[in-house]
This record gives sequence, structure tokens and C-alpha cells, in this order.
Amino acid sequence: MTGTTWLALAGLGAFHGLNPAMGWLFAVGRGLQERSRRMLVTALLPIALGHLASVGLVAALVSATRSVVASTTVAIVGGVLLVGFGLWQLLSRQHFRWAGMRPSNAQLAGWSFLMSSAHGAGLMLLPVLLAEPAAAGGHGGHAGHAGQLSAAPAGALPGLAAAGVHTVAMFGVALAAAVAVYEVLGVGVLRRAWFNVDRLWAWVLVVAGVITVVAAAT
Amino acid sequence: MSRWTPDPSFYPSPRDAARGPAEKLAYVAAFDRSAARPDAIAVLDTDPASPAYGRVVGWTDLPNTGDEVHHFGWNACSSALCPAAPHPHVERRYLIVPGLRSSRVHVYDTQPDPRAPRLVKVIGPEELAERAGYSRPHTVHCGPDGIYLSALGGADGAEGPGGIAILDHTSFEVRRAWEADRGPQFLAYDFWWHLNHDVLVTSEWGTPSMIEDGIVGELLLGRKYGHAIHFWDLATRRHVQRVDLGDAYQMALELRPAHDPTKTHGFAGVVINVEDLSASVWLWHRDGDAWAVTKVIDIPAEPADPADLPALLKPFGAVPPLVTDIDLSVDDRHLYVSCWGTGELRQYDVSDPFHPVQTGSVHLGGIVRRTPHPGFPDEPLAGGPQMVEISRDGRRVYVSNSLYGSWDDQFYPDGVGAWLAKLDVDPDAGGLAPDPRFFPRGEEFRGLRVHQTRLQGGDASSDSYCFP
Repeated sequence: MTGTTWLALAGLGAFHGLNPAMGWLFAVGRGLQERSRRMLVTALLPIALGHLASVGLVAALVSATRSVVASTTVAIVGGVLLVGFGLWQLLSRQHFRWAGMRPSNAQLAGWSFLMSSAHGAGLMLLPVLLAEPAAAGGHGGHAGHAGQLSAAPAGALPGLAAAGVHTVAMFGVALAAAVAVYEVLGVGVLRRAWFNVDRLWAWVLVVAGVITVVAAAT
Repeated sequence: MSRWTPDPSFYPSPRDAARGPAEKLAYVAAFDRSAARPDAIAVLDTDPASPAYGRVVGWTDLPNTGDEVHHFGWNACSSALCPAAPHPHVERRYLIVPGLRSSRVHVYDTQPDPRAPRLVKVIGPEELAERAGYSRPHTVHCGPDGIYLSALGGADGAEGPGGIAILDHTSFEVRRAWEADRGPQFLAYDFWWHLNHDVLVTSEWGTPSMIEDGIVGELLLGRKYGHAIHFWDLATRRHVQRVDLGDAYQMALELRPAHDPTKTHGFAGVVINVEDLSASVWLWHRDGDAWAVTKVIDIPAEPADPADLPALLKPFGAVPPLVTDIDLSVDDRHLYVSCWGTGELRQYDVSDPFHPVQTGSVHLGGIVRRTPHPGFPDEPLAGGPQMVEISRDGRRVYVSNSLYGSWDDQFYPDGVGAWLAKLDVDPDAGGLAPDPRFFPRGEEFRGLRVHQTRLQGGDASSDSYCFP
């Protein structure tokens, strides 16, 4: 993958990390409740893990599929998915609820997985991953059918790497935001600075989906 | 509908809320006891700089008659900032107004003109019955994942169990009954929570037949009204523990948990002890791994000449204080206790919740005393301080004088009237005094009786906070 791709992946991760609803606010709440910064960091780890699982699943699926199926098909299906998901986010106003305020680490990771998936965090990596040339196995016109299938697991690797980079960025930004609010800014800042990222996000999904479809079809 | 930045009336912590701007308007539930005219939401001007200060400046009739509006609440509040279910870009603008007698639930939009709430939806009793299995809706709280609505009765004429229904945050449709496992709970009344501890608390009044035609003497002396508090797991919706106050303590009504989300205590008011007609306030708190209650305030009955008493009380020769509402200031410092029978509002400093210290008292009305408002000394008052609402900064307290139609008639048989007083508080030194400029009453309310007050932008009994 090119440097631009990695940067884009990290940038999306940072965007996810900045969203209070994706986890850091929960970590701040836990920290303030227990009056412990350690608690804050401890809560962020399972949250990042859940995010990684959500994003990694989609990314691995995409890159593995691309190694066996024509990339145009994947791009169009992926783009349509993005548009549909973005629209659903815009039109439905579901309020997701965590497993209460005192979940175990496993519940916390599970919740983060659901929240990230519901926000379409993994889907957002689609345009970035699809902009890349497909993994080597997918190009082998001379290779047999069995060869293509066996290439799928290896084809998932770039996807997992992408998810990893994305999540590291997400975790870094979330940690920075959480510590800044916990130590310096105070939760009062939420009243002014909590921009409606969800609504913006939904639009971004739709636009990214359209671009992906158009790029694949032309 | 959804905003780009959080609603400015949402506050992460009780401290932030106390620093917010003062309310300029108050909404009051007003009902027609005869059910001949529609009930209404009256709007009061609470801005001291306004020429209409202390007057009714808005009035919206309900669409039907006989609802008996009672308690009501906002569609959204500071709990929208809670990290467990964040959705801070909704607006605090709809009032959810249940009819306690009709089981209809009304949704009023306070925009674009906050002085003229507009009806946007009526949830019929059949929807509440079919989807949640409840009737006689009572308390409304804006929850992190929906609007919570308690109800006293069961569906299709069933007496119970009462419980909590969940309403959708945006469509206001009844989704379902909240409880996954109600354990031994049958009677219902008030509820609130400790959000950060995943704890919900409920109290007990009586079933519809026990209250709708007035208090039933045999049931009261037979100790059949509610006398327990229930603790639930808010996350799993399961009953955890029932704590009995003792069956002499009849009617455990209002629940006021500490606003500080790190705390796990709260106060419950009990209307009457059938052994000596006293009233009491109880503290709930953790005791090891379980919940416990401790009686922290006892208010004795006042002896009286039977000739001055309504038929119901003549045999006892005393006026029961009848603690029918309590309210805790947002800073958790002052607890206000309504003595609707003796006509007194008491203020306690509860900085040490186990040892309240009385810091103030105001007499207004009362079954025997009939104390007038100091601004209008020639008008003896019926009813007493009943529903209490406290401004977020703790400097202003509003009290209205009606309890519940049929019960008003028993304790104040010559008419309860209608009045709403504002008391000014010295939050540092304690103490409170009626504001002589603020006393809407009688004709101002067009012959209707007044119950709960809600302050614009939130008040001490509307919002929950998730950050200390």
C-alpha cells in the first residue's frame, strides 16, 4: 500500500477516535466516577479492541474477497452498501445503549464492536482499500481455481494490517481526547465542542459510497 | 430535529447545571376536578424583570376532558450526555403529559413559542395497554435510552401490577414494559435511578381502585397501601431487592436520589404512619452488599379540635402532616419536605444525609391553620404546599397546592382552591421566604387546580447527570 493509503487509514482512525460516542467519553466517565486516571486508560483498551474487531472483520473480508472476485464487482457492491448504510444512519435515529455503566471488559469490548459496526466504521475503509490494486493472487489469470481460493487467507492480510493502523490511530486520538478532557478541559467542554459527528459521518458514508461506485464503473 | 451541537440546557454535571441561567418560564399542570372542561398546561412568567412576572402568560387546553393531568416531564434532558447512550443532539422541547385518570399520554411541543405549547401527539390508553400492559401513567423521566413512564395500574381493568413503560425517544411510541423480571413488585408509583451504578429505584402508592375515589380508610388502617421500596438492575431490568419500611408506614411516594452520580443514596417521603399519624422521610443507602433504609426525619401530627377537622380526621383529633412530596436541590444540599396537611414547607440541610438539620420553614394554608400568603394576608388559604420544584441553582422554590382530585375533596372538603407560591432561598445560610410579588391563584388558573410545575430548561427533579 502507498503512503497516502496508510495516511488515509490513520486519518479515518483519528476521526473515529475523536467521536465521544465511540468510546472515550465512556472512559472519561469511568475515570471521573472512580477518580482514577488508570481506570480511564483501562476502559479504553477493550474499547479499542472492539473497534479493531469490527473494522478488521470488514477489511479482511474485503481484501480476501478481492483476491478471488473481480474487483469491479466488489467495489460496486461495497459502494452500494456504503450509500445504503449512510442513508440508514441519516434516516433512522436509533439510540444505542451500552451494557449499562458498569460493564466487564468483555462486555465493553463487545459493546465497542457493536457501536463501531453500527456506525459503519469498517465500511468506511472500503474506498481506501478498493483504491489499492488487488492482492497478487487475484491477478493470476493463469492460476487455477484452487490457487485463487488458497490465496484468499493471505489476501486478508493487507486488510488486517489496514485495520491495525486504523485502530492504533483511533486509540491514540481517543486517549489524547480523554486525557485532555479528564485532566485539563473538564466535561463542561462537551456542551460546546460535541459536534454532531454522527450526522456528518452519515453524509461522508454516502458520498464515499457514490465515489466508489462511480470510480469502479468508469 | 437533530442539532449540530448539544442542546444548551444539557449539563454534564450537577455543578454545571447549577451555574446555568435562571428559568424564565414555568409550566404547570392544571386540571378540572369536575371533568367538565379540558385540563390545561398553564405557562407562568418567572422572569423578575418582566412586567408579567408571577402571572399566567400562556394557556393550552388539552384536547379532551377528564384526564387529570398530574406529573409530567421533558422528552430529553442532561442524561442525553451520558456516555452509555450518548445522543446529545436531540432537543429538550417536548413535554410528555400523562392523564393519570384517562391513561392518555400527550406530547406538547414548546417550540416555536414556549408560551404556547402545541399538541403534537396523543398516545391512547389502548396503546399503553397493548404494548406495555399498563394504565394510569404517572412519573416521566428522560432516560438514556428512551423515555421512562411509570404507571399505577394494569391493562384492561386489571389492578396491577403497575410498572414502567418505555417510550421511543423520537417517535414517542410506547415500545414495551421495561421490566424483564419484576420479582415481588406489584404496587407502583414513583421511580428514579443512580445511572452510573445501573440502579433503578421504585416506590409504592396503591392500585387504581385504592386511590381513584379517594383514600379508603379501611385499607389505610388495614395497612394495605404501599410501604416498600424496590431496587432494580437498570442494565438487566431485573428486580434486585425489596426493602420494607414496615407496614405502619403507609404510602412511600416520592423518590429523590442524590444528583451527584458518584453517590448511592437518596430520600423517600412517607405520607403517614397509621400508629400516630406522623409523616417521615427515609434515606436509602448501601449497607455492605445490599440496600438499606434509615428513617431520618419524623414529623409529628398536630393536635386539633375535631370541630375544625374534615369527617375523615374527626375520630383522630389531630392533623397529620401528610408528606406528599419532597425535593432535593441539584447540589444535594437542601431537602424540601411538603406537609400538605399541616400547611408547611420545611427545608433541611442534608449535607450529612444521615443527619438532616432543619434550616427553614414556611407556613401556607393547612387543614386547620389556613395560613395566608404574607403578600396577601387577608386571604386564608386552603390546601398546603404540595408539589415542590427547585430551580437548578437552588435559589427559588415553587410550590403548588393540589394533591389529587378526590383526595383534595376529602382533606379540604370546603374547596382546595388553586395557588402557586414562589419562595426565595438563601442557599448558603439556609432559610426561605415567600416572594410577595409571585402568587398566581384562583381565577388566574380559570377554576382549575394546579399540580406539578416544570421549569424551562430543567429543574431539580427533571435531570440526571453522569459526570461528577
